[in-house]
Amino acid sequence: MTRSIYDDETLEALRDQVRRFVEAEVVPHVEAWEAAGAVPREVLRKMGELGFLGIRYPERFGGSNLSTLATVAFVEELSRSTCAGFNVTVLVHTDMASPHLANFGSPEQLERWLPDVIAGKTITAVAVTEPGGGSDVAALRTKAEKRGNGWRLNGSKTFITNGALGDLYFVAARTDPDEKPSRGISMFIVEKGTPGFTVARKLDKMGWRASDTAELSFQDVDLPADALLGEAGRGFYAIMKNFQNERIVLGAMAVGESQKALDITLDYVRQRQAFGGPLWDKQAVRQKLAGLQAEVAAARQLVWHAAWLDSQGQDAVKEVSMVKALCGELVNRVMYACQQFHGGYGYMREYPIERMVRDARIQSIGGGATEVMLEEVAKRM
Amino acid sequence: MKVLVAVKRVIDAYVKVRVKSDGSGVETQNVKMSMNPFCEIAVEEAVRLKEAGVATEIVAVSCGPQQSQETIRTALAMGADRGILVQSDEALEPLAIAKILKAVVDKEQPELVLLGKQAVDNDFGQTGQMLSALLGWSQATYASKIQKADGELTVTREIDGGLETIKVKLPAIVTADLRLNEPRYASLPNIMKAKKKPIDTMSPADLGVDAAPRLSVVKVTEPPARQAGVKVGSVAELVDKLKNEAKVI
Ligand SMILES: Cc1cc2nc3c(=O)[nH]c(=O)nc-3n(C[C@H](O)[C@H](O)[C@H](O)COP(=O)(O)OP(=O)(O)OC[C@H]3O[C@@H](n4cnc5c(N)ncnc54)[C@H](O)[C@@H]3O)c2cc1C
Ligand SMILES: Cc1cc2nc3c(=O)[nH]c(=O)nc-3n(C[C@H](O)[C@H](O)[C@H](O)COP(=O)(O)OP(=O)(O)OC[C@H]3O[C@@H](n4cnc5c(N)ncnc54)[C@H](O)[C@@H]3O)c2cc1C
Repeated sequence: MTRSIYDDETLEALRDQVRRFVEAEVVPHVEAWEAAGAVPREVLRKMGELGFLGIRYPERFGGSNLSTLATVAFVEELSRSTCAGFNVTVLVHTDMASPHLANFGSPEQLERWLPDVIAGKTITAVAVTEPGGGSDVAALRTKAEKRGNGWRLNGSKTFITNGALGDLYFVAARTDPDEKPSRGISMFIVEKGTPGFTVARKLDKMGWRASDTAELSFQDVDLPADALLGEAGRGFYAIMKNFQNERIVLGAMAVGESQKALDITLDYVRQRQAFGGPLWDKQAVRQKLAGLQAEVAAARQLVWHAAWLDSQGQDAVKEVSMVKALCGELVNRVMYACQQFHGGYGYMREYPIERMVRDARIQSIGGGATEVMLEEVAKRM
Repeated sequence: MKVLVAVKRVIDAYVKVRVKSDGSGVETQNVKMSMNPFCEIAVEEAVRLKEAGVATEIVAVSCGPQQSQETIRTALAMGADRGILVQSDEALEPLAIAKILKAVVDKEQPELVLLGKQAVDNDFGQTGQMLSALLGWSQATYASKIQKADGELTVTREIDGGLETIKVKLPAIVTADLRLNEPRYASLPNIMKAKKKPIDTMSPADLGVDAAPRLSVVKVTEPPARQAGVKVGSVAELVDKLKNEAKVI
């Protein structure tokens, strides 16, 4: 029985399987992955076998050809893991990096890479952000010069998720320094192990500790002609297009994490005794949680609405930007309150809420900072 | 060998069950439902038998409300070939379900019926045994291992303090225990394929079964809340408390 106009039996069935997978194959290992700073590759392979990594990709490559709505259902369930570092390891692969290939790859590139991407054997990363700037994509400085038939890549990237774990990187570089940025940027496929391409260092972070984030260096990296992804000079548009999907997914992730935090906290305050009864008996506690629950429910509807517009092929830049701005901030407020109601225990590493608070902080920065998103909304008001 | 698997829709095992305020039952409104975990094990076993070339066709049957179709779809996504929904909005007791299943067996003529050893909603643990009695077929309950030889099954059963291995003649009823296998996940491509597999719907009346309840529920209550523990000062005090307070030794 579905309880939403966007849901159907298939999405419900997908949710059930993802929920079970998360409970059995993820939650028991979260602490170990956080300590190791990475999610084991075999977990992604298992998810590949179950078809979780190809929800929207063509059936001929092993995908299931579903819509953005199925992605949102998947992301919400996945995000109940209490470990956003795990969530983002998977979601960068499925929804932030590999769409570059799926949306803009030539038939040969798709044939060559997509089946193993969907199977979870080839892990992907996307490298746009540079030490000099992330919000201002048009200002990126990594460059690729034509050399014979191919290209020579020079520059550096930072904050790259799956930067060390990855096998295949989609790298943004300037190909025409004389053109204005929107026409002078192109995307390239770079394989791990290509001479001159190195993982400069793994970064030590406040949260998302099970996700590896790295700085990448490209020094005279010679790429063949077919490393160019999509048309030369169209990279900026590719990045902007993929941002739409990425931001819907980041919104769904924030909503899933918020709901899980509220659920955990509800359990906690119902049993925690203070001043003669459970904390839940205090109006200050339950009204705060009820108010946040209402906000999360509302944000969730906006996520689904944006996903629905996207699935209908309609322009949704305004809605998607609202999703990113709203959910990135909301998840932080939810985590703050949930930690607060855990009292001193919420400050202890052994309680998942402590990790969830740290994990949430990046959500209002990464993938489009709140201020940048609000500018996109304002332009359309 | 054709295999029939019975699957029941119950409150999801991860849901915290709440008793209705009037004590007439548990809250099921807006509560997440799933396939009974022991039924999942039964389906998994059937699929493994098919993968091993022992079973030829798997039919998943569920008795219950219209939404039980979703439970059948899960079985189809795990690998069952087709489904039968015997639709009823009444609360069905084990005897009613056993009678319905007997009627389905009469129609389908399977050689093996697999069920969960119990459903986690009411913990009756009776349906398989009742079905066996109604059909006059052999039964092997609480199975932790199943092997087929000519015309018979060798079944390892979990009993108090150990394992018992028995042989039963086919056709037979087998109920699945926890350690029989670990059910697979339904992959997304298989969820999609399951949408195209057929499900027949019928009512208990269509099968000539009177499914009216024989039991009436007097009262449902929450289990007592867990009391706070105490710290004991010494082994002697512990033994004393176990002997004289808890009276367990
Ligand atoms: C853990 C992690 C993982 C990441 N993964 C990836 C990845 O896989 N691939 C990738 O390419 N990038 C990745 N990033 C980069 C991320 O997208 C950027 O950090 C983000 O875009 C912000 O860019 P910046 O860090 O350079 O901040 P800056 O651009 O320097 O901005 C700093 C702050 O200034 C404010 N600001 C910026 N612009 C404006 C404006 N126009 N108006 C008002 N205020 C403004 C915002 O508050 C912003 O947070 C990741 C980052 C982190 C931390
Ligand atoms: C790092 C750290 C160091 C500490 N050091 C010391 C120390 O040196 N000595 C010491 O004695 N203690 C210490 N504490 C304990 C600290 O003072 C308590 O954690 C704090 O008093 C809250 O108590 P609690 O954790 O039991 O939360 P609870 O009493 O369980 O309360 C949980 C939450 O419920 C809410 N709440 C509680 N009561 C009400 C109410 N009446 N109405 C509405 N909302 C309510 C609040 O949001 C609260 O945060 C320390 C704690 C930490 C985390």
